[in-house]
Amino acid sequence: MKLFHRKETGLAPGLGKLVKAGVVSAALLFGSYGHADSNVPSNVTFTVPFGVGGGTDVWARFLAPWLTEYLESAPTIMIDNVPGGGSINGANVFARRASSDGSHILATSASTQFPAMLNEDRVRYDYADWLPVLASPTGGVVYASSELGDDQDAVMAALLDTPVKFAAQTPTGLEMPVLIALDMLDMDVTAVFGMRSRGEGRLAFERGEAKIDFQTTSAYFSSVEPLVEAGDAVPLFSLGMLDEEGNLVRDPAFPDLPTFSEVYAEIHGAAPEGPAYDAFRQFFAAGFALQKLIMLPADTPQDVIDDYRSAASAFINDERFLEESEAQLGPYSLVSGDVAERHLSDVMTLDDDTREWLAEWLESRFGASI
Amino acid sequence: MFDVLLSSLGQVFTLPHLLYMMLGVSIGLIVGIIPGLGGIAGMSILLPFLYGMDPAIALGMLMGLVAVIPTGDTFASVLLGIPGSSASQATVLDGFSLAKKGQAARALSSAFLSSMIGGLIGAIVLTLFIVVARPVVLSFSSSELFMLTLLGLSMVAVLSGGDMFKGLAACGLGLLVGGIGMAPATGEFRLNLDIDYLYDGLPLVVVGLGIFALPEIIDLLKGRGAIANQTYALGKGWRQGFGDVARERGLVMRCAGAGSLIGTIPGLAGSVVDWLTYGHAVQSAKDKSQFGKGDIRGVIAPESANNATACGAMVPTLLFGIPGSGTAAVFLGGLLLLGLQPGIGMIETHLDLTYTIIWSLALANILGAALCLGLAGPVASLTRVRFVILAPLITTLILFAAYQATRSTGDLIALGLVGLLGVLMKRAGWSRPAFLIGFVLAAGAETYFYQAVQFQGSSAFARPGVAIIAAMIGISLFLPLLQHFRRKRTQANEPISQFKHDGAGDSEAQEGGTLRLSNIDIILFIGLLALSLLTWHETRQMSLLGSVFPLLAMAIILASMAAEAVRLTLASAGWTWLPLREEMLWILGFFALVGMILSLGLVSSAILFCLGFLLFIARLKPWVAVILAAGAGVFLVAMAHFMSLTYPSGILDALWFR
Repeated sequence: MKLFHRKETGLAPGLGKLVKAGVVSAALLFGSYGHADSNVPSNVTFTVPFGVGGGTDVWARFLAPWLTEYLESAPTIMIDNVPGGGSINGANVFARRASSDGSHILATSASTQFPAMLNEDRVRYDYADWLPVLASPTGGVVYASSELGDDQDAVMAALLDTPVKFAAQTPTGLEMPVLIALDMLDMDVTAVFGMRSRGEGRLAFERGEAKIDFQTTSAYFSSVEPLVEAGDAVPLFSLGMLDEEGNLVRDPAFPDLPTFSEVYAEIHGAAPEGPAYDAFRQFFAAGFALQKLIMLPADTPQDVIDDYRSAASAFINDERFLEESEAQLGPYSLVSGDVAERHLSDVMTLDDDTREWLAEWLESRFGASI
Repeated sequence: MFDVLLSSLGQVFTLPHLLYMMLGVSIGLIVGIIPGLGGIAGMSILLPFLYGMDPAIALGMLMGLVAVIPTGDTFASVLLGIPGSSASQATVLDGFSLAKKGQAARALSSAFLSSMIGGLIGAIVLTLFIVVARPVVLSFSSSELFMLTLLGLSMVAVLSGGDMFKGLAACGLGLLVGGIGMAPATGEFRLNLDIDYLYDGLPLVVVGLGIFALPEIIDLLKGRGAIANQTYALGKGWRQGFGDVARERGLVMRCAGAGSLIGTIPGLAGSVVDWLTYGHAVQSAKDKSQFGKGDIRGVIAPESANNATACGAMVPTLLFGIPGSGTAAVFLGGLLLLGLQPGIGMIETHLDLTYTIIWSLALANILGAALCLGLAGPVASLTRVRFVILAPLITTLILFAAYQATRSTGDLIALGLVGLLGVLMKRAGWSRPAFLIGFVLAAGAETYFYQAVQFQGSSAFARPGVAIIAAMIGISLFLPLLQHFRRKRTQANEPISQFKHDGAGDSEAQEGGTLRLSNIDIILFIGLLALSLLTWHETRQMSLLGSVFPLLAMAIILASMAAEAVRLTLASAGWTWLPLREEMLWILGFFALVGMILSLGLVSSAILFCLGFLLFIARLKPWVAVILAAGAGVFLVAMAHFMSLTYPSGILDALWFR
């Protein structure tokens, strides 16, 4: 019953002109781009399935001018926020309405990916119908209260026999891979749900209600590091990061912190495997290593896809971009479309064993059914 | 600290800063005045410009915007009875009643003056508090937050006056409706009846507009007069408004102080403050008889609080990166675009910027209130216009506002349904504020209770903070009762001026003072019973944690209905028949309009509807009708153009705007 009407060109916003003016001046400054026939239309609607000012919205607004600058047609990119249903509404609308001539692109995030992997009823989009233009990773760190011990080892030991609380959003939210990881480490962690953001979860930790918490990289640097310096929090492990081949390696933002897999191997004497680990890996990849994606409909003509992808690959190595993105997106290099496409295809479909394990785990741990 | 304070003051008074702040203030006033837009729309206009701006100047601009929204939205609340935003819902009750008495200018000027003073007090509190706020904010655990939502809910008792049980049932219904969507404890979806629109629950804007604005429009259309049904010298309004604020300075101070402090508590903020302060104004008044019928204190209290709350909401936003309100959430996005990470660093490394924010907030409050005061007189004359001319324009505005909530057609249908409920409740004297309070606080009450028990177990409620708030609840519940009985004993023979509340306007069911049961009461009783059955049916399959809250709301509804039935029987209440046909015709007309919008598109339908209404119902001269209808169309198209909004587009709109 949701009807959504995409922006008609007759109502093109005044903002577009400003962006265009900016682009023209940028083009004058860096006038090194050819005037070859361009395949990308000159007006692009960038659907952001989140509200204005949210993480993904800020991310999209940061990237849009770079796309404009590096695409030959220097398109006017109009950001269209379609919030609701934790991004499912906007993605559904995009799946139904987007035209596949390159004039419509979509931003997605973990909360778009997870419901698709879990085959939620409300999801009417399919990642197989989309192709990534670029992906933006983030990492995350699990940390605990220093009341549990002074250093990493003491805290890890204490966590094995002390029941602690962890403030989370929903059983199938962004924290799901973290909850799986904590369970695989045999920690006695009770999740308390109903937080409206990771920030609220951190607040519960700072209030002393939760003794263990998890934050993504940028929030960790701005809000948790001061706690660590003050001696209130102890970082335990990072979730890791995917390399080009898809292996889990140390997070470049936290080179000194062991990854979950390392910690697991140390405790259990063997590398993690099995359906639990598969679930962790896939949801980690979809929620973190490829957290935010720019998508095109898969039936978009190949030359348009190539234009988008080469523009993205070009600016993600631009010096100025790297400088600005360090502040905005953390110390991660963006993943180009073709690499992201390779990873995504393994990640988005759960095999039967993994799904069965996950359904059983969610049911027995949280009474949640998928 | 003081040198930083002064140097940031110098920054605020530089020309570029002032100019950009004026830009922010102007946009803030525009989006504040237009119902349904508010901070989020304003921010989305400014966000694209932020990228690459000097942070100090950009922050001035953003703060200009944030500070004046609770000022600007007063226009709609007072003049049109439309709650401009969640922060000004309580203002509607007495503000609109005053406008009906022809005292719009008085209400507006005291509202703006108290907004300004409230904002300044908020800025002062923020200046001192932000340095020490951290431990204070952290001392509010989920148990205290739950108790605060209870304090908010206890205002239902104050606001439903003599009809306690109807008020409780309305509040229970509010809690039930507020519980639609995702269960916080388990992530299950409940009561959504497999309708996509209900997965996120009903948006507050839609509920506020439906429960307050639509019934008022219908009522005024029935009356066939102007909004102001009594004449009152406009010029007098100004001076009187200022006098009112000067007389009630204690109330202004208390409400502003409370507003700025409650604003600092993350996750609660705007939604309770206006009701808490309104309730306080009622409780602290000696003569309560005029509340809801046009008591200026009912305007001053929430208005001095809401600007102060906007200041207070900066504390969790800046210190913890957790937005204290919807507007603050977008402001947070602005900070991130400027490359500023909120957190402890805002105090340690960016104290200058933090104080720039606070100074800008104070200055913008003064500017915004001054501009609004200048507008108050001329705009107040709107209340003299025959309402039948305004009605189609206001209806268009309300449809526009509601559609901005989630931009789905569900918004319009939900608006009509909540409007129907509002009409029934208004006619039968069920407290609409009680419903709204229940709706607004449902999520907080459930989430914080569950979290408090989960985190702290049985010790959750053995905390000093909890005891203090519990004492406040006790006082607010029992003090009025005590006063009531004492007064009853002393003036046993005099008729008691009973505080009777129904939102904005009088309840027709209670006229004459004797208890009467009306046909609409029966309709509401049956509706609530059916709803309870539906709730029970829908939650059968759910886990205990997910279903306990809607079941509790259901129990509240059933218990209060049973109590009301007993009361009616004991008092051997009479029977009264309230005509309802005209209201139902208007509601039907409204749904027909929604149907027209869905098939033709919003812009075309709005123009056709305004034209038809003005020609055939208002019987205006054709050229006036054409101009007004065209004006409505231009407004909608211009809004879409400047604010990148989308509308439902049907066959006709598609032809126009392709």
